[in-house]
Amino acid sequence: MSLNILEICYLIASLTFILGLKMLSNPDSARKGNLIAAAGMLIAIIATITLYQDYDSGKLINYGLIFLGLIVGTVIGTIMAQRVQMTSMPQMVSFFNGMGGACAALIAIIEFQSHQHSTVTGFDGELLVMLLGLLIGSVSFSGSIIAYGKLEGKIQDKVLPMNQVINMAMLGAIIVLIIYQMVSGSDPIFFYALLVIALIYGVLFVMPIGGADMPVVISLLNSFTGMAAAFGGFLYGNKAMLTGGILVGSAGTILTILMCKAMNRSLTNVLLGAFGSAAPNGAKPASGDQSVREISITDAAVLLSYSQSVVIVPGYGLAVAQAQHICHELEKLLEEKGVEVNYAIHPVAGRMPGHMNVLLAEADVPYERMQEMEEINSKFTNTDVVVVIGANDVVNPAAKNDPSSPIYGMPILEVDQAKNVIILKRGMAAGYAGIENELFFYPKTRMLFGDAKATLQKLTAEVKEV
Amino acid sequence: MEQVLNYIGENMEMVYFLLLAILLGVEVISNVPAILHTPLMSGANAIHGVVVVGAIIVMLQASPDNYLALSVGFLAVLVGTLNVIGGFVVTDRMLEMFKKKPKKS
Repeated sequence: MSLNILEICYLIASLTFILGLKMLSNPDSARKGNLIAAAGMLIAIIATITLYQDYDSGKLINYGLIFLGLIVGTVIGTIMAQRVQMTSMPQMVSFFNGMGGACAALIAIIEFQSHQHSTVTGFDGELLVMLLGLLIGSVSFSGSIIAYGKLEGKIQDKVLPMNQVINMAMLGAIIVLIIYQMVSGSDPIFFYALLVIALIYGVLFVMPIGGADMPVVISLLNSFTGMAAAFGGFLYGNKAMLTGGILVGSAGTILTILMCKAMNRSLTNVLLGAFGSAAPNGAKPASGDQSVREISITDAAVLLSYSQSVVIVPGYGLAVAQAQHICHELEKLLEEKGVEVNYAIHPVAGRMPGHMNVLLAEADVPYERMQEMEEINSKFTNTDVVVVIGANDVVNPAAKNDPSSPIYGMPILEVDQAKNVIILKRGMAAGYAGIENELFFYPKTRMLFGDAKATLQKLTAEVKEV
Repeated sequence: MEQVLNYIGENMEMVYFLLLAILLGVEVISNVPAILHTPLMSGANAIHGVVVVGAIIVMLQASPDNYLALSVGFLAVLVGTLNVIGGFVVTDRMLEMFKKKPKKS
């Protein structure tokens, strides 16, 4: 009886996960979707505690520890999530993701302890599920923690000599360890060897990847943890864990592919831990006779104030300088002067897809003003001034007209169609892809060098004066 | 080989479930505007926190004098809860900012 109720609770939880994810993909219903999924999670947890086993008075310790874990986890999790800055969101997501991976790996370890006494002959499906759960959970845990540390700036990028070869060798060792145990039975030594190698692999996998690429990795690790949770669900025949885990596994994979596409990279490169160190081939070398034209703050302010329409292109530089608030202030000032201001958001602007939208939303920029690439690209021809803040590769025309460029084919914001372009930049350094941007040398382009936040502050003050 | 087939046959229901859920995940996500990618990733992150249910089951199955299982299980419940709570709260904070602001005109 109580087991049937439990199954129904899991059914409800599974439905809320699907519904929640669906609603999360629409801006109007997203917040409700998140709450619905959370409610489903609560149902699944409470139902498991109360209905999984008839109350056993001999297991008071177990119940006590479960509640202690739930309470401590809730308190710490809430405090961390409430305190984190909006700009640090990606590493926070990565950290929580790592916790989920750790949970899946720990479950596999305990199950392995009790599984050792069983005498299964022949193909041991349970063991396979355990080994995979351990493997993916551990990789996800150590990888996420490294990603967290790197985004926090606590861990530096490091590329070991022959990193790729080592990674491949470890991957090989992992496969051998799993096959060996499947053929000749489980053995604690090999089981823990797998755990250790998986943990190291997670570290080496994320270590060489550059900061701007981290979103792809976090998204990938996110889908890994989903798979690890699904293996746990398979182990217990638990439908809520299965649905939740697989949904995230497949959704996360799609999200990862979408991000890779927008950055013009292949997933194979990501999996081998190769990108970030990939040398740009065939990039046009900077020719010496080209020179850029600077614009003074005053001139820029005048130009902006007397325009009909202005489009702001925010990028990684704006996120790093935390200049979203001052940017919104400038936008409001211009609006008061009758200038139409919009934001053009490239799919991979900021540190994660959509991260820029979150940052701008934090600064109270209305949702309607943030326009996606497809939408805004047709409007650039009617735009008087484009202000590019801390973005580079996403506005590089080479992606459209230079087949030899490494970023050729990447979708870009076609700001070169606008009448004037002002580029806020720290210096002439190349962008993430390490290539020259010919846009900077166009006659209609003017450069405004300096820190994004400081420059915007000065610019805003000037616009007030005009 | 036969044993592998047997194992799959015994768990056929689960295998169906697996395949349908994979397709569902792809389908649900494929029409998302880029603007929502980060909140979506964060929300998905919270949902895989359902792994904490497995940790609770482990704890309920463990015998009260198996201290190793109890302590490791406790840790699993703790980190799993962190994943769930942190994930949902962070997502909610992000989405809170997307709420429609009253237009001034």
